[in-house]
Amino acid sequence: MSVDSLAALTIHELHSLISAGKIQPQQLLEDLLERIEYHNGRLHAYLSVDPDRLHRQLEDQLRTRKAGRLAGIPITLKDNLCVSAEEITCASRILRGFRCPYDATVVQRLREEGAVIIPRANMDEFAFGSSTENSAFGGTRNPWALDRVPGGSSGGSACAVSADMAIAALGSDTGGSIRQPACCCGVVGLKPTYGRVSRYGLVAFASSLDQIGPITKDVTDAAILLGVIAGHDARDSTCAPVEVPDYVSTLQWPVKKLRIGIPKEYFVEGIDTEVKAALDEAVRTFERLGLVCESISLPHTPYAIATYYLIATAEASSNLARYDGVQYGYRSATNLRQESSSNGLLEMHRRTRTEGFGSEVKRRILLGTYVLSQGYYEAYYLKGMKVRTLIKQDFDAAWSRCDVILTPTAPTPAFRIGEKLENPLQMYLSDVYTISANLAGIPGLSMPCGFSREGLPLGMQLLAAPFKEQKLLQIAYAYEQATDWHRRKPTLSRQQIAQSK
Amino acid sequence: MGVVNTETVKHVAALARLHLEGQALEQIAAQLDQILGYVQLLQKLPTDNVAPTSHVLALTNVLREDTPAASLSQDTVLTLAPERHPPFVTVPKVIETSS
Repeated sequence: MSVDSLAALTIHELHSLISAGKIQPQQLLEDLLERIEYHNGRLHAYLSVDPDRLHRQLEDQLRTRKAGRLAGIPITLKDNLCVSAEEITCASRILRGFRCPYDATVVQRLREEGAVIIPRANMDEFAFGSSTENSAFGGTRNPWALDRVPGGSSGGSACAVSADMAIAALGSDTGGSIRQPACCCGVVGLKPTYGRVSRYGLVAFASSLDQIGPITKDVTDAAILLGVIAGHDARDSTCAPVEVPDYVSTLQWPVKKLRIGIPKEYFVEGIDTEVKAALDEAVRTFERLGLVCESISLPHTPYAIATYYLIATAEASSNLARYDGVQYGYRSATNLRQESSSNGLLEMHRRTRTEGFGSEVKRRILLGTYVLSQGYYEAYYLKGMKVRTLIKQDFDAAWSRCDVILTPTAPTPAFRIGEKLENPLQMYLSDVYTISANLAGIPGLSMPCGFSREGLPLGMQLLAAPFKEQKLLQIAYAYEQATDWHRRKPTLSRQQIAQSK
Repeated sequence: MGVVNTETVKHVAALARLHLEGQALEQIAAQLDQILGYVQLLQKLPTDNVAPTSHVLALTNVLREDTPAASLSQDTVLTLAPERHPPFVTVPKVIETSS
């Protein structure tokens, strides 16, 4: 194997090299830090990186752990996953400087397998957004075109994986926040079934929709990471007691005769012609591989976005009530201690939240508070929960006709920075293909399936029935073996490799 | 303006412990109105006989053994508070002064 930087390799490639003693984990971390240092100023995939702490962490790991599935391999985390003693802000001013007192369950599981944890990948503030432009500390750029967004909200994680500033990463997905940035950056993103992965230590956005999942350079790495982080956890009562299969050894199982459903409602107005053409080509590839593709219907698809923005904002407004300036995080500097009326506390809450939250966070808190408020609850929130039932039933019915469902991941390639910032509704509509999976609680995987004329990555999404990640990964793996989209890297990376020689 | 106006938004902001005024208030009211206007499309769907889904998993009454275990220390938790007077967290006065 000839490589310019170890940072360009996958988990499975690095694991073989490390196990065989051909490379040292220290050398890998050095290579990775070099790339991060070189590119982060321009791309801003990480909010901060502390090389000394990472070196110390690696030394500790090497001293105390026996060889695990991720021994010596750095894994990048979105800034909403708790890592003990590290700063975590969710890219919000309201949490600036907050150091987490414990590890998230997924972090604990990564450590048990010997991984080196790199925290603080950039994101939309509190994961509210589809472009990473809502980060309070400055947005992330798309490594394929610096004037484009990387998608969001896990844009920092996806950008880092794509630009070889990460080996692999974890993100969180509430309405597409893993899959859509993976699509925009030309990498693999997997949102597991709701309840597949413990949410303990994930800062809550919408508790009935949030799920942690991998963003990786290929399907095998997604299978490896899911195998590490999945499984029951007593600290999250919504984490399902369902056995974790071996996702890696079953990747090569035959896919012939498996059925792919193509929902006709996903190929209507608004879809970019190049995205549509790439999907048509993917269908032909699947047919060559012996899979059977047929048209299906998910009739309630047109209602998904409206339903999502009622449920997600209602849950978010409730979850974000905890940021009140009392127990942790930011407190307004205005001194209200001497205030003689009982309004002092209320005024402190109000100033803290008004100064600490960015505009999209305020917008969603207000929307959520409105739909839950007296007189509107039934017309909005209850209505949303009922339509959610109908959307879920669409999928329940579809599984009798197909094993997986194939859709685009996003209606267009990555859009321009600033293009949708002034129009929140336009921004929300870019989640049209990913949102239903969160409402129905099913797993979804996005992977590259082509490039636009301008050289931007295009992505497709595969959806499966609850806890059928194995089938999803198998079919994705078969497609990946038949194509080479996943091997392409942004030119930015090649330039840097050339320059560093 | 159809669904919400600035007065409604002010009321909701008070509930959410946020303060909005002037142009920011006008702008957010217009944006919320646009989003809620879009959401009206759900009203076309008959849902009288549909049960609401608050949660997709068929899990109820999840219990675990009540085993004592270590948790975060009072010191650790207090160091996170923006203002403290150990063993307390400090907040502005909440009791009216009689005068």
